[in-house]
Amino acid sequence: MHANDTNMRIDLENLTIQKATEAFRSGEFSPSDLTDVYLAEIEKKNPGLNAYLTIFEDGARKQAEESTKRYKNGNPLSDIDGIPLAIKDNILVAGERTSAGSKILENYKASYDATVIARLGPAGAVFLGHSNMDEFAMGSSNEHSAFGPVRNPLDPERVPGGSSGGSAAAVAANLCLAALGSDTGGSIRQPASFCGVVGLKPTYGAVSRYGLIALASSLDQIGSMAKTVEDAEIIFRHICGKDDKDATSRDYPSLRTTNYDLQTITIGFPEDFPMQGVEPAVLKNLEESKEKLKSLGFKLKPVKLPYSQYAVASYYVILPAEASANLARYDGIRYGLYKPGENLVSDYMGTRAAGLGPEVRRRIMIGTYVLSAGYYEAYYNQATAVRSMIGKDFERAFSEIQAIVTPTTPGPAFKLGEKGDDPLKMYLEDLFTIPANLVGVPAISVPSGEVKVGGKGLPLGLQIIAPSLREDILFDIAKKFLA
Amino acid sequence: MISREEVKKLAGLARIELTDKEVENLQKDMERILGYVSEIGRAEVPKGLAQEVPAHHNVFRDDSEPHGAGIFTEKLLQQTPKRKDDYVQVKKILGEA
Repeated sequence: MHANDTNMRIDLENLTIQKATEAFRSGEFSPSDLTDVYLAEIEKKNPGLNAYLTIFEDGARKQAEESTKRYKNGNPLSDIDGIPLAIKDNILVAGERTSAGSKILENYKASYDATVIARLGPAGAVFLGHSNMDEFAMGSSNEHSAFGPVRNPLDPERVPGGSSGGSAAAVAANLCLAALGSDTGGSIRQPASFCGVVGLKPTYGAVSRYGLIALASSLDQIGSMAKTVEDAEIIFRHICGKDDKDATSRDYPSLRTTNYDLQTITIGFPEDFPMQGVEPAVLKNLEESKEKLKSLGFKLKPVKLPYSQYAVASYYVILPAEASANLARYDGIRYGLYKPGENLVSDYMGTRAAGLGPEVRRRIMIGTYVLSAGYYEAYYNQATAVRSMIGKDFERAFSEIQAIVTPTTPGPAFKLGEKGDDPLKMYLEDLFTIPANLVGVPAISVPSGEVKVGGKGLPLGLQIIAPSLREDILFDIAKKFLA
Repeated sequence: MISREEVKKLAGLARIELTDKEVENLQKDMERILGYVSEIGRAEVPKGLAQEVPAHHNVFRDDSEPHGAGIFTEKLLQQTPKRKDDYVQVKKILGEA
């Protein structure tokens, strides 16, 4: 069967992992059929969206072929055998160009698989390609990619969010069934919200960072993005768990061994979050979401998170500090772009000047500043102390309640170029998502409605935050909310 | 709050060559960003709390069980800009910078 076969129409819009694997089993369509259809859609739509930077055409077809054979023989590898995924461009796929959206890695071919790839591959997943992203994951709009911005499939004049903008757009535009993103300050949840899809940032340490091009080592996590909570959960189950190659990863308890009664859950909403700059439509939508949760039987109560007012500021000290250290390795010596100069130091200076974009430079410079002698007490040490206090706020809150809800973003997807040259305007986009990264707890964004702007309906998202290792609470509340 | 000289010095530390215009723009941006993040100075934190990160601590694995010699050499060197046999080639380090 060919993708153009008019007898075969796959309803991509409503496809889920379960529906796809059922179709594979029944013979309605094969993994090769599905991958062919996605590749054809990518060929048609990607030029207008720029969601993908690299398409693994040969690799994907080969993986799909092998999956098709396994279904014919009645022995699929797992519940995701044959499922086509988009992989964010900062996750290493052996032999494939992996550039983290940066010119400095424009021609870098990954020497090894990230652990998440080494787990999904043997489970039968098909990797369609590397999705576009803000350079080195620094950004909230995907406008900082060295290879052009991504457009929001719901309105091409608008951003999809960032830094996992390509992954979010690919899921929303039916250019993959699910995707991997990475989240350091909201980079999965915010684009998920802007594109009307589900995005999960796991507990810090739940998913191995081995093979994830590091931005901030104490904040980064790889997570899943999909149209449904079920699909995000299925992908998460395959990638979570301790990895010897990532010393910061932890054992993950099997989901659903904790016996708890969902109906006894109390959900908190912060009453002292800094709300300036949050659009009225978002506040209205939050109230509607709270009413919906109440009508589903959840108890709601206000909680105080007094140090959250410092979250964005402390994040934009800690992140640049860690980034300045993590990006020191891009020096033209072992891999990536190399611009020779007169001597070794000018090799470094010229290579990095040529290869690193403006936002990356800004953050490296801020990081260098806040770590330098005379400043690190006031900045870096103070920021980590504030981080600790934010953690204590959450600890206290979670002793009384089992989940926290906030809007995911202060507004719907903004227009390309709207934030202009002001970095601060962009940083404030992350005000709701940053705390979960600072504290290390899991958080999910789910579509919660839309706001009409200029005749177009733009998605809004509800963020649910849970205690460490309680992704099960996130999935359960989210599923009920979206039912 | 931050001078052009400081920006140039930091660029040297960060090993990024900047044009005069880039120094100027970065100075403006950094003033703006540092002005905002300095807010954390207003936060009251108990003395001695610095460096403590809740539920996080530095994690090291034992420096043991090395992999076999040379098994990744070719794969890694294929990505190296300047290579000589099984070596990564660099400009001389000792002597004048």
